[in-house]
Amino acid sequence: MGKSDTIKENRGNETSIRRQPSVAVQLKRKLLNRTSLNGTVAILGFFVLWHLLVVMQAPFMKHIPTPVTVSKTFFILVQKKLFWVSLWFSTKRVFYGFVAAQVLGIPLGLAMGWSRKFKDLTFPVFEVLRPIPPLAWVPVSILYWPTNELSIAFITFIGAFFTIVLNVLRGVASIDKELYRSALSLGAKPQHIFWKIILPSSIPSIATGMMVGIGITWNVVIAAEMIAGDKGIGRLTWEGYLAGDTPTIIVGMITIGFAGWISSAAVKIISDKMMPWRRLF
Amino acid sequence: MGNNGTENMAKGGALSIRNATKIYDPEGVHVVALEDCSLDIKAGEFVAVVGPSGCGKTTLLNIMAGFDSLTKGEIYLDGELLAAPGVKPKPGPDRVVVFQHGALFPWKTVLENVIYGPVIQNQMSRSEAIEIAKERLSRIGLREIENVYPGQLSSGMQRRVEIVRALINNPLVLLLDEPFRGMDSVTKSASHECLLELYDIFHKTIYFITHDLEEAIFLSDTVAVMTTRPGRIRMTIKVDLPRPRDYRMLSSEKFLKLKEMAKDAVHEEALKAFQRGERELA
Amino acid sequence: MDTNLILPVIIISAFSIWIFYHRQKKLAVILGISTSEQIKKTLTSQRFWLLILGFALTIGFWYAAVYWLPFKAFHRLPGPDEVVIEWLSRDPYYGISIYTKEYYVHIIYSFYRATTAFLLATVLGVPFGLLMGWSRRFYEYSFPLVEMIRPIPPLAWVPLSILMLPGVEPAVIFVTFLVAFFVTALNTLLGVQSIDQAYFRAARCLGASSKEILYDVVIPGSLPYIFTGLQIAMGAAWFSLVAGEMIAAQYGLGYLIWQGYSLVKYPTIIIGMVTLGFIGYGSSVAIRYVGKKLMAWREQELGGGAGVTHGE
Repeated sequence: MGKSDTIKENRGNETSIRRQPSVAVQLKRKLLNRTSLNGTVAILGFFVLWHLLVVMQAPFMKHIPTPVTVSKTFFILVQKKLFWVSLWFSTKRVFYGFVAAQVLGIPLGLAMGWSRKFKDLTFPVFEVLRPIPPLAWVPVSILYWPTNELSIAFITFIGAFFTIVLNVLRGVASIDKELYRSALSLGAKPQHIFWKIILPSSIPSIATGMMVGIGITWNVVIAAEMIAGDKGIGRLTWEGYLAGDTPTIIVGMITIGFAGWISSAAVKIISDKMMPWRRLF
Repeated sequence: MGNNGTENMAKGGALSIRNATKIYDPEGVHVVALEDCSLDIKAGEFVAVVGPSGCGKTTLLNIMAGFDSLTKGEIYLDGELLAAPGVKPKPGPDRVVVFQHGALFPWKTVLENVIYGPVIQNQMSRSEAIEIAKERLSRIGLREIENVYPGQLSSGMQRRVEIVRALINNPLVLLLDEPFRGMDSVTKSASHECLLELYDIFHKTIYFITHDLEEAIFLSDTVAVMTTRPGRIRMTIKVDLPRPRDYRMLSSEKFLKLKEMAKDAVHEEALKAFQRGERELA
Repeated sequence: MDTNLILPVIIISAFSIWIFYHRQKKLAVILGISTSEQIKKTLTSQRFWLLILGFALTIGFWYAAVYWLPFKAFHRLPGPDEVVIEWLSRDPYYGISIYTKEYYVHIIYSFYRATTAFLLATVLGVPFGLLMGWSRRFYEYSFPLVEMIRPIPPLAWVPLSILMLPGVEPAVIFVTFLVAFFVTALNTLLGVQSIDQAYFRAARCLGASSKEILYDVVIPGSLPYIFTGLQIAMGAAWFSLVAGEMIAAQYGLGYLIWQGYSLVKYPTIIIGMVTLGFIGYGSSVAIRYVGKKLMAWREQELGGGAGVTHGE
């Protein structure tokens, strides 16, 4: 009976059950279809336009180097130790802040979702603190923490913390009441409800929180490094500005973009691993 | 009853489907959804199409509505070519669809939904449309909900409003894609009564998709049983129950006999589809 | 400067009064001042006391940590009493309180920058997102570009935009705009994509032209996502604005906070933070309010409660 139900669900979409074409065919289609061709054209067009605008000395582009200069600078920079040290420091800060936010934020969110009383106690305070932008914490953080490293990690933590708590809370709130009732009728104790229902059901929201959080984290690290840091890729970019070295600024930006993109991809892989049942979709 | 010239007995609306074939070929996978499917629907005839899941009933509807194209064959509407390979009709108010999950615009009130078609086509003035809409809604027992948003209505009411919204355009053909699916039996039979009443008034050609045999026989003039994919018409059953229909007919001997006949045919196709489904999932 | 201040002061006061008026009902319930019965109910509800307890514990901990507890790190921070006294003082020791003009100048600068950037992002981002969702071709060309540029954090644009644009002021606004723009555009796109295909088909069946589909299906259908996007964009705008002001600007709350640090005016830092929290909260309430007004159908459908979910 269950099977015929699944088939029924697929009706109206005759193609939903089908064999996968071979990898070669898939790859060819992916590379040669109109969508990716148009995308490639657009990106190439962007670089060509950039180059032309610089060469033609268009307004706003006076201090901007051409893509060619930028790529030359890039190849020089990647051979320097400073570049890699900066990248390493930023990554480390992102990692610590992000992990700390998960380690503290997930249990807090779950506890708030689990216990009404605890939520009533903590949520108002949480809501008052939440609208304060993370960067506004910079001075307090520098004053409080003994080292610069800890201050920046703390600000990073603040950036991801509120998002993760809020997402977990939302996840717990969205759990179907019938799940609780069916568990209770099967004789579940409160601890069972927590471990077998609340925790697994909120994993998708935890994943969402992580995805949003990692983006914010990179944002915060870059800003914090520009404001207060030494070392770090944000600092490298800022020093490029102070020295009037525009190619370095742009290389810094591109590197940051890449680093952020890779971290997001990593978080995506981790969250997919956490939800094997979601992979079906 | 208002007499606006829109309520005359339907003239036109005869559909002729000849050797309709539809092959989907996304990413090189060949799926034959319809193959040599032929069916004639007279003007003003109520045809119910039944068949196993994924047999191409909806594909055929989409082609007639203009959402999809034909691979082979042709479809005529009142003797004029409607669809053929390379000929895809524009969706329009002569062939209005009522969707399976309902498609009343949730951001418009019931009244705004109903008058939407005639007003944007410049068929009627706004006030004229409002007057007719109100009259039509009250005829099927939907008074005083004009300014309510669809989200507040029950699914049965929503579907009735949607049928009114379709009919106010005075279409040649009404295409109903399982409009009463998943309703409880009380709501369903109320909806049936409403549709039958409207059919008896307007006599539009209706192409009605359903899974429910009882519903098919109770509502229609002809039940068309489709085969499992590739879909074609396995048999048509004439339902010669008199109109207006009454729920008491559901237990008449004639009804039960027709149902028996259709059941055998559908059951066989369902088994085939079921086995194929298992093969494909494996 | 003085005459220039008049209009912004009026705008901000009107804005605050309006927010207060809008929230009054809820506020009254929270504070339990609407009716005597309400007071009784509130005072006897556990929720109210837990709320009070939560704040009391937080502020108590702050006080204790700064003055009594043996954590050296906390002793560098100002205590809550110090902050409140400074904030409400007619003659503030560190120069910033609700009675000083300076305080409002900073608020107005930040407010002006945030609203300019946000309005610009709305005016450009919403149509851009709609167009991306509306035209397949436009989507194919623009989406890869957006995805290429978006991973660069907005703050990384600060140095470049100072160089490109004439002066620091436009650069700070540009950076704030940039982040709000991407959030708005992508949420709008998501909104268009979220609309059920059946609505498009129904509209076409009823004889709607492309233009009518845009007005009657695409725009109303994507409104919930657009407003989620605007709300997130507002938060993101304040986020970048503060950072931008700390890094580069003159005046503004971010600047005030950073100055408080570098000139050792610690209570001022906290005053700036709290003010930012208030303004950020107020602007998000304002957007939610407009969204509710525009989406009456949704309110009714959802039984009046649930807010829109996160749209990332």
